[in-house]
Amino acid sequence: MREDELFDIEMRLLLDGVRLVYGHDFTEYAEASIRRRVTQWLSSSKFATLSEAQAQVLRDPEVFDSLLRGITVNVSEMFRDPHFFKVFRQQVIPYLKTWPFVKIWLAGCATGEEAYSLAILLEEEGLAERCRIYATDLNGAVLETARKGIYHLRDMQRYTRNYLASGGRASFSDYYSALYDHAIMASRLAERMVFAAHSLATDAGFGEMHVVFCRNVLIYFKPSLKERVLRLFNGCILSGGFLCLGVKETIDGRDVACQYDELAPNIRIYRKRYEAPEKKTVR
Amino acid sequence: MKRPKKKRSVKAVVIGVSTGGVEALRTVLMALPASFPLPVMVVAHIAPESGSGLARLLDDLCSIRVKEADEFETAVPGTVYLAPANYHLQVEAGGVLTLSVDAPVSYARPSADVLFETAAAAYGDELAGVILTGAGGDGARGLEKVRRMGGIVVVQHPDDAECSSMPLQSLMLVRPDYVVPLKDVASLLIELAGTSAHHEKECTYAE
Repeated sequence: MREDELFDIEMRLLLDGVRLVYGHDFTEYAEASIRRRVTQWLSSSKFATLSEAQAQVLRDPEVFDSLLRGITVNVSEMFRDPHFFKVFRQQVIPYLKTWPFVKIWLAGCATGEEAYSLAILLEEEGLAERCRIYATDLNGAVLETARKGIYHLRDMQRYTRNYLASGGRASFSDYYSALYDHAIMASRLAERMVFAAHSLATDAGFGEMHVVFCRNVLIYFKPSLKERVLRLFNGCILSGGFLCLGVKETIDGRDVACQYDELAPNIRIYRKRYEAPEKKTVR
Repeated sequence: MKRPKKKRSVKAVVIGVSTGGVEALRTVLMALPASFPLPVMVVAHIAPESGSGLARLLDDLCSIRVKEADEFETAVPGTVYLAPANYHLQVEAGGVLTLSVDAPVSYARPSADVLFETAAAAYGDELAGVILTGAGGDGARGLEKVRRMGGIVVVQHPDDAECSSMPLQSLMLVRPDYVVPLKDVASLLIELAGTSAHHEKECTYAE
């Protein structure tokens, strides 16, 4: 049998084991991405093969943690796709301003770059006091990084460019202080965030939300899991609320699509329709 | 430098290109017919801001259909799929295309290494990998995987490339099947696809 065929069999066995022992289900992830990540983890580990690693992964939670970090490492950046944030600012914020309190679920927040981007945007729009950001990820270790809000100073130049292109109104350096080669985000930004471990593959919804942000997460899921997650989001999003996906993600062809309108073409901001007028109760 | 042509079918083509990529892609893709019998996946290093402009430009110029790859789209013959700016393009089993925002590989996202490695896993020895002009070394490792899986390795002649680095790095790592000037890439691909087209025709009735 070819080495790569054997690897795929070992990976399937390992992921089945992980699901049974730890409850984390990666079997519905797109294979090419997870194969790359597992390969990288293996080459950085002391194990020669996945079969060898399996015994340790299933029996030693610390080894599992390192695997989990390896396969859920999500790379993010602040104000990724500046145009998206610009449209969000111009077209979604006015709606948010009409609500007394706004709850935003940032699903798959990784190390928090997007949560801080959003907090900055909300502050500039005068919504900071009225908003809460629920930032979730299935990887507890990245949540710790997100909570601390400490990033590499070398990335700030790029983030500043993104911020300005997204229509930022202040100076990006107002939002962090530099210390050696780190940038520490202003602590007031994290005050509006709640961090929690949550698995989109296995956990239930998160209560009523005005906005769900889930950008560049669904691209890793097979269609069946994508469908599940979109139903989960739909169950949370209030009528008139928003679903924000990555620029290469779409709800076209999914069950929930008929309940949403896309705000601007190819921006992947969807607004949930109010129920049909005939169903509306007259108050 | 040509090696004897391999008598085996090719099911897909992957192309990696960087500096000088727009011109190079124009040259190659404009010479492919609309009926080109294989899917073509392309990683071109482009600025994140440029959006899907390159796909639209090439689609206007070429008779073969050119589009930006969508997530979980199945690659079909006669279509060129460009990796979206700032996303890796990957091929899953059955020619299903997926995207990822994983860290840059070989300093690039999209990375030709990622495309070639995943495509080699998906298509095995029925893949042709093509490295064209470009700075840096992206694609060399991916091309090595194409070779290891028994696929066909094509490299633009370094002397002919606007930027010879990517072809050179590939040639240092992998023994190529073909080293050709840019103007001959399309005809080579048509020739390679020809055997496959014949093969496909034979199989059509069985399906």
